[in-house]
Amino acid sequence: MVHIDLKQVARLARLHLTEAEMKLLEPQLGQILSFVESLKEVKVEGVEPTSHPLSLSNVFREDQPHVKAVEPERIQAFIKNSPASRGSFFEVPKIIEDKS
Amino acid sequence: MIPTIGLEVHAQFNTRTKIFCSCALRFASPPNTLVCPVCLGLPGVLPVLNREVFRLGLRAVLALGGTPSKTIRFDRKNYYYPDLPKGYQISQFADPLGHGGFVEIAVGGKTKKVKLNRLHLEEDAGKLIHDQVPDKSLVDLNRAGTPLAEIVSEPDLDSAEEAYAYLVSLKAILKAIGVSDCDMEKGHLRCDANVSVRKNASDPLGKKVEVKNLNSFKAVKQAVQYEIQRQTEALEKGEKLFQETRLWDDARGRTHLMRSKEEAHDYRYFPEPDLVPFSVSQEDVERERAALPELPAAKKARFMKDYALSEYDAGLLTEEPKIAAFFEEAVRATTDAKTTANWFIGSIFAYLGAHNLNIDQTRLTAPLLADLLRLVKEGKVSLQAAKEKIFPEVAEKGTSPESVMKEKGLLQVSDDKALEGWIAQALDENPKVVADFKSGKETAAMFLVGRVMRKSQGKANPGKVQDMVRKALQA
Amino acid sequence: MNLSQKTAFELAESCRAGKCSSEDILKDLARAIEAKDSSIKAYVRFDAKKSLRRTVSKEAPLYGVPIAIKDNICVENEAITCGSKILQNFVSPYNATVIERLLDAGAVIFGRTNMDEFAFGSSCETSFYGPTRNPHDLGRVPGGSSGGSAACVAAQTAIAALGSDTGGSIRQPASLCGVVGIKPTYGRVSRYGLIAFASSLDQIGPLTRDVRDSALLLKVLAGGDPRDSTSANVPVPDYLSFLGKDIKGMKIGIPKEYFKKEGLSPAVEKAVRQEAAQVLEKQGARCEEVSLPHTAFAIGVYYIVAPSEASSNLARFDGVRFGWRHPSTGNLLELYEKTRGEGFGSEAKRRIILGTYSLSSGYYDAYYLRAMKVRTRIKQDFDEVFKKVNVILTPTSPTPAFKLGEKATNPLEMYLSDIYTISANLAGIPAISVPCGAEVRDGKSLPIGLQFMAKPFDEGKLFQIAHAFEGTRI
Repeated sequence: MVHIDLKQVARLARLHLTEAEMKLLEPQLGQILSFVESLKEVKVEGVEPTSHPLSLSNVFREDQPHVKAVEPERIQAFIKNSPASRGSFFEVPKIIEDKS
Repeated sequence: MIPTIGLEVHAQFNTRTKIFCSCALRFASPPNTLVCPVCLGLPGVLPVLNREVFRLGLRAVLALGGTPSKTIRFDRKNYYYPDLPKGYQISQFADPLGHGGFVEIAVGGKTKKVKLNRLHLEEDAGKLIHDQVPDKSLVDLNRAGTPLAEIVSEPDLDSAEEAYAYLVSLKAILKAIGVSDCDMEKGHLRCDANVSVRKNASDPLGKKVEVKNLNSFKAVKQAVQYEIQRQTEALEKGEKLFQETRLWDDARGRTHLMRSKEEAHDYRYFPEPDLVPFSVSQEDVERERAALPELPAAKKARFMKDYALSEYDAGLLTEEPKIAAFFEEAVRATTDAKTTANWFIGSIFAYLGAHNLNIDQTRLTAPLLADLLRLVKEGKVSLQAAKEKIFPEVAEKGTSPESVMKEKGLLQVSDDKALEGWIAQALDENPKVVADFKSGKETAAMFLVGRVMRKSQGKANPGKVQDMVRKALQA
Repeated sequence: MNLSQKTAFELAESCRAGKCSSEDILKDLARAIEAKDSSIKAYVRFDAKKSLRRTVSKEAPLYGVPIAIKDNICVENEAITCGSKILQNFVSPYNATVIERLLDAGAVIFGRTNMDEFAFGSSCETSFYGPTRNPHDLGRVPGGSSGGSAACVAAQTAIAALGSDTGGSIRQPASLCGVVGIKPTYGRVSRYGLIAFASSLDQIGPLTRDVRDSALLLKVLAGGDPRDSTSANVPVPDYLSFLGKDIKGMKIGIPKEYFKKEGLSPAVEKAVRQEAAQVLEKQGARCEEVSLPHTAFAIGVYYIVAPSEASSNLARFDGVRFGWRHPSTGNLLELYEKTRGEGFGSEAKRRIILGTYSLSSGYYDAYYLRAMKVRTRIKQDFDEVFKKVNVILTPTSPTPAFKLGEKATNPLEMYLSDIYTISANLAGIPAISVPCGAEVRDGKSLPIGLQFMAKPFDEGKLFQIAHAFEGTRI
């Protein structure tokens, strides 16, 4: 059965998992991935991957700003959705570690 | 020790709107006012590519001598950070807009083509403010979704000076082709440097250290210098170096460890399913090639040839397209390239620097500059008065040099009769000095010139006075 | 007659003729909901007094008709939860394109229907707001993830509803609840404003009582959208004009791989392969066996591609700009991990982990890239078959509705029940589920549905055959 380093993947996905959750998830994911192993039976040499079912290309928008400026009420609606805001900023705990 | 440097430059496109939504791009707007559901990454929204970003990006690839890809795709770069609204950045990984190309630099009288690896399109993140509220960081997403070109060089630079020269040249190209305004203060150009050192040229490249947080060309130069030295010293002491990411501390002038290789991100790149592929047609390429203006390197060569300028002067005059254009217009008006160049490199650059202006933000025009140069040439004003008293007025207010001259009483007296009168008086009043000169004391003439200047209240043309005093003494 | 029992087509005509108003319809619906929904729980929110509409001409195709909306499609200034705790308190500041189109077509937007959390599921059991039950047997699931939409249309507590389909989420609940559900061609309907599950698979579509309503609604919803790069600017035919056309000479492919499955209920097999095929042949269609050789791999591909895209699509639910944030978060990492750890339910977490793993360094080629290549193979299978036949006929689900909790402990078994619907999403082709019979289990008559699939943008053909088939049953 396929083994996953659950702790590491959970960290990557920024998901806190309890011990009980991990105990449950581990065999389930192993089972699913073992099932997926069957894909190895398919010959895929020279096959292009399909990331889109349609063959659309070159879809653009023109470089035109919004017809109307974004009204202050609309901005307030954006900010009001935030679980923590200050003025018109979104607020998070102070970041000490440096970025990406 | 042999240092090897590669640079990753992020240049902001000068489009009207963001890369994937219709929000305007404006510097220093109140927080979260240039946002919409798309660039806020709200649930359910989708990106649509700005056509102008594609065009300008393609133009940049061509200007840099790169090869545009036949088909380009966008990928998602996944990581969590509060300035990244969607939890992923839309970037290009597998199929970037262009490959290869080069940037020509000149260091220590030698020119070199610095090879490029790739140019790709991506969106910028927002901004975090850490120092306004204790224990909190604040998120402003106005910048999120700003279109960027990431230009990655090969590890082809050998010194901090070359790194600096590379940035200067790259900036000149991007400005010339109208792709980016390259305003450093507005963060239009940002840079990360990859630095390694090795003992011998035959050794494989050393462990690559990525240096981040380089906010000015000067910072790049200093940081690269610092890293080369740090790594060289470490190797000489027999220490081991590691592949890592370090942060430049501008205030302290040093780098410090940010992240080791083990802590490196796993960005889980995969094709962005919300965008379709884009094919680059021959028409696209031809249209953008046709839109390319004369590039800085070619312009520099032409300036050297056409105007008989030194490489250094030509380089300075072609760094900024608006300056170059103004210069050429001015030369047509003055018909004196050398003097015009001297005015640019002396007075005009100093004035622009002191007032932090672009040439088109002044009232100076080519005819006005030509008028000013003519006043000097005709001896109506002294060079010093022209530079210090008249030029700033003209540049600031657009007044004609002649009227400034009159208003400030700067007209030189070159009229022979007036000068002869003052000279005769001076000679009469100082017979001892005249005798000294005749007995061979050369400096005596200068004393007499000074007297004449005083009599004219400084308005006499000093060159002419000198000549005439000598003639009078020798008569 | 109670207006809640009528179809959208009939009601639009009545409203146009001034025989009834949308208020009358809403009143009847409110009564029906009051009577039935406390046991079915198809709705997460319903307010008969508060309905959204625009002033439109009487000619508007959905004039006065109330439409229920799955709770993953954004309506301006309205709450939207996706069946998740993590979206608590979120109010959408914008309309999905399909909502704009419905409003412009004279529809009245009302009621938000329950769903599996983030559309992850085939039973409507994973909603943070509790499960929805099948109106035909309250001990059984309505299917999922658009379980609420299917249940309210079946229970006549809605006239018609919007759902979304990523691997069968419209068709399977339609089948289990005995209504009509269509997943349009990928790109046929704008996804703008649909909270994404798997971007390369998601499509919005209608759930209705009959095929005519399905055609009527899709005509309104379909068409390119400048806000969705993946929507196609292919002309939208008048789907209603395909109804009543005969199906003489139409070639129907019956893929042999779809009937090999263990777990396929004999009653379902009989209803589709024998009875339905016979009925269609009687009307002049010709059935032939075809082969879709990579069918067995569809679930494997799906459970890599869909969770991978989902893991990235769900990254924005981080407690920063909207939704729920864990109350005790000392630092940034805790803010993320606790908010997401407690904001998402177990199925969402399972899929996020699975997707994150498939995309992670060292596994991408083995899982994601390979899955995308096998996806190409699956698509090619359909391209081949559609050279020979006009439509493909299959069951929609291997069994009728299963019991609540029956598959909740075994995710793989739950995933396997999507076997017949997933391929259409992977290939991007349109597919419709139509009621075709019933199986009696525990004394209850449970609906069975069949599925027709067609070439991309050939929805008209689906309506033509589905309508012809439906006509033989009424």
